[in-house]
Amino acid sequence: MAKRIDVKDLDIYYGDFKAVEGVTMTVEPRSVTAFIGPSGCGKSTVLRTLNRMHEVIPGGRVEGSVMLDDQDLYASSMDPVAVRRTVGMVFQRPNPFPTMSIRDNVAAGLRLNGVKKKSVLDEVVEQSLRGANLWTEVKDRLDKPGAGLSGGQQQRLCIARAIAVNPQVLLMDEPCSALDPISTLAIEDLINDLKSEYTIVIVTHNMQQAARVSDQTAFFNLKATGEPGRLVEIGETQRIFSNPTEKATEDYISGRFG
Amino acid sequence: MSSAQVDHAAAPPAAGVPTPSAFGEKSGGRAVKDVTARVVMWLAFGIAVVPLVWILGSTLVKGGHMLVDSVWWTNSQSGITSRRVGGGAVHAIQGTLIQAAVTAAMSVPVGVLTAVYLVEYGRGRLARTVSFMVDILTGIPSIVAGLFIYALWVTTLGFQRVAFAVTLALAMLMIPTIVRSTEEMLKLVPNELREASYALGVPKWKTIMKIVVPTAFSGIVTGVLLGLARVMGETAPLIILGPYTKVIATDLFDGLMATLPTMINQDRTEALQPALDRVWGASLTLILLVFMLNLLGRFVGRFSKVKG
Repeated sequence: MAKRIDVKDLDIYYGDFKAVEGVTMTVEPRSVTAFIGPSGCGKSTVLRTLNRMHEVIPGGRVEGSVMLDDQDLYASSMDPVAVRRTVGMVFQRPNPFPTMSIRDNVAAGLRLNGVKKKSVLDEVVEQSLRGANLWTEVKDRLDKPGAGLSGGQQQRLCIARAIAVNPQVLLMDEPCSALDPISTLAIEDLINDLKSEYTIVIVTHNMQQAARVSDQTAFFNLKATGEPGRLVEIGETQRIFSNPTEKATEDYISGRFG
Repeated sequence: MSSAQVDHAAAPPAAGVPTPSAFGEKSGGRAVKDVTARVVMWLAFGIAVVPLVWILGSTLVKGGHMLVDSVWWTNSQSGITSRRVGGGAVHAIQGTLIQAAVTAAMSVPVGVLTAVYLVEYGRGRLARTVSFMVDILTGIPSIVAGLFIYALWVTTLGFQRVAFAVTLALAMLMIPTIVRSTEEMLKLVPNELREASYALGVPKWKTIMKIVVPTAFSGIVTGVLLGLARVMGETAPLIILGPYTKVIATDLFDGLMATLPTMINQDRTEALQPALDRVWGASLTLILLVFMLNLLGRFVGRFSKVKG
């Protein structure tokens, strides 16, 4: 069920402004790829093009191609809504739906897409919460509001919500940046578990985290202020952290800048 | 405590020089400012409350006894002259409620959908034009709205003055307030919730219906009820389009329909006590209706409150 992502010559624009230029990369199925780099270099922007969330922003558009196995995500016949069902996303700040209970939050994706049968929903809710390592903590209060959980629990709730629609790929945009170290550890463990079923791409500012969770690391940078961001280097995480090809990658990783 | 602090505290202040370093004492200037600000705030609060209490008090005193009589809630003014005691306000209460309901039924869908368009879809020239038009509509005096509908309904289309024409004028006044209040509430819904919904593969229209509007629901309802409360007390369009009648009338398209504001307006110039009592009674009834509407708004707001 996990799928492979092929990005080729991707240019990303906000209106007339070219934000990211010439990204080419491959993400293998059932692997974790980390995007690292300084703020504003386009990591999140690239991530959001992988499920066509970029175009939600007025003026957002792309040139180039993103292939999911053999399907072109940006083919004119492709429905962005269908793409997002296949490629799930977890955001930087936990964002459970405030009007919904824990159960409804997890079931939201299915229910809003027309699944009504209670037995099906209940099963998916339990499976997804188990998958997100949250089941034991919330199983007795599924009808309580999702916004009442702690930050770390909310983020795992959002992950449960994302995997409940059974995506092929899971995108995570700095999922731990608003969490404490314990919650971060819980999410990282979860990423390790999820890897066996999903293709995961994670944006992170925490290089230790990239080193801990990812198989492959991509380093993004700006050529200069005002220039578009670009992919400097991508490779096996071990190699990127021990023996990067590019000087800029080494400088960033060793803390000489950024 | 270190010896340095002890020394400092023990040092006598130089004559005539304030000791700013002493803890626990307010400087004189700041205390004065504090008291002044307090007095001004309480005064402002008092000034704001006085007319409110005054109005409520005198309406209660002068009109309260009318509402206690059950006749007030069951009879109309049919056959009652200003010289005679008796009769009720049910014709006017009914008229006000019917007109408010019809006005709301027309204004709420138009207003809420316009707000949804402006917040969720509106880009470019059309949205700017719509927004500008709403601004202009907000500023229209109610008597102008009444005259406009009169010109349209009576002069141009040649119809009679009926309650439906009144509701058209009231809707003109209510729609912009609903658009503005709903717009504000929708803008308060964090964009992250919309994105979270899109990322689950939920189409935009469903995101709006199931996520955005429910999150803003209590605020939208409050805005609608406040708009409705305002419209229920509106008088100018009613004088132009819906003159007073003493009998119960429920037909929107035939004949006149009494309302509380026109009932008040009808008898207010009378010198006779029975008529004056009715003016106060109708005023109190109108205040009560609006008050109950506000209570309802709070109840609905609490009932559907965002959980968390």
